Amino acid sequence: MVLELSDLQKKLLNDFQRDFPLTPTPYANIANQLGVSENDVIDALNELDEKQCISRIGAIIPPNQLGVSTLAAMSVPQDEIEHVAAQINQYTEVNHNYEREHEVNLWFVLIASHSSHLDKTIASIENETGYRVLRFPLIKEFFIDLSFRLDLAND
Amino acid sequence: MIESKNHLLLAQLAEGLPICSHPYATIGEKIGLSESQVIERLRYLQKKGTIKRLGIIVKHATLGYRANAMIVWRIPEAEIDIVAQKMLKFSFVTLCYQRPMLPEWSYNLYCMIHGKNKVTVENQLAQLIKQCDLSAVEKQILFSSRCFKQRGAVYTANSSFNEK
Repeated sequence: MVLELSDLQKKLLNDFQRDFPLTPTPYANIANQLGVSENDVIDALNELDEKQCISRIGAIIPPNQLGVSTLAAMSVPQDEIEHVAAQINQYTEVNHNYEREHEVNLWFVLIASHSSHLDKTIASIENETGYRVLRFPLIKEFFIDLSFRLDLAND
Repeated sequence: MIESKNHLLLAQLAEGLPICSHPYATIGEKIGLSESQVIERLRYLQKKGTIKRLGIIVKHATLGYRANAMIVWRIPEAEIDIVAQKMLKFSFVTLCYQRPMLPEWSYNLYCMIHGKNKVTVENQLAQLIKQCDLSAVEKQILFSSRCFKQRGAVYTANSSFNEK
């Protein structure tokens, strides 16, 4: 699948992953910077959203800044993984959930208001799915999440 | 009370900033804050470090970055900082975390590589191993095969657990 992106869309994707304008009309400000209209920016972003190129316009919050979080993992038989993933996704405490190629194959991130809330959520997931949850809370973060430079040349 | 308003605000933002002329006003209306209050609070949260970055959150996979590997390493406790600092010199390493070892999972350093395809990521990993002198280190490579969920990291006020 070749993704057709306009120059405006490429610029938006690479240059606005951080320092999004905190002004009453951020899209108009971006439009000014890029020499296009506010509607052009809004249309381009809506299309990127429809094409699933962006998750959202939002905030990256480091682990444990709000409540408590942990990386968690499970070993689930291949033929049950979709079902178990769907069960886990129902929890609003779960914000990322990936299948990975390994015996320990389901990896997700949980965030809760406090540690007893986290414990209860994990116990509930184990109870509902019948699989044990391994917990890997963050001890130390070594990286500052700078925006990811995308190479959007058609190749 | 201030904290809980901030939490409401971040929960709204986790849904995504609306794509309309006055997005901060739209968010504010939902939680009883004015446009300028929303903007002030977001400025404050950014300054305080609660928000690490504010902007477009891309979906790597759709944009051609289909391979994403989490590599977990078993590093002697005393060397973790040094090894992590070396890894971070490589721009393809997008995250690097220390996490506890478990009896059945004795790895303590996690790093993430995002690349256009598996071969690229494998080559980058080989480069990392060579340059950081990691060939003798126990590791596991976990490529992601499917994303079941990706959204903002905020628990909602009425959590699913409480509803059950």
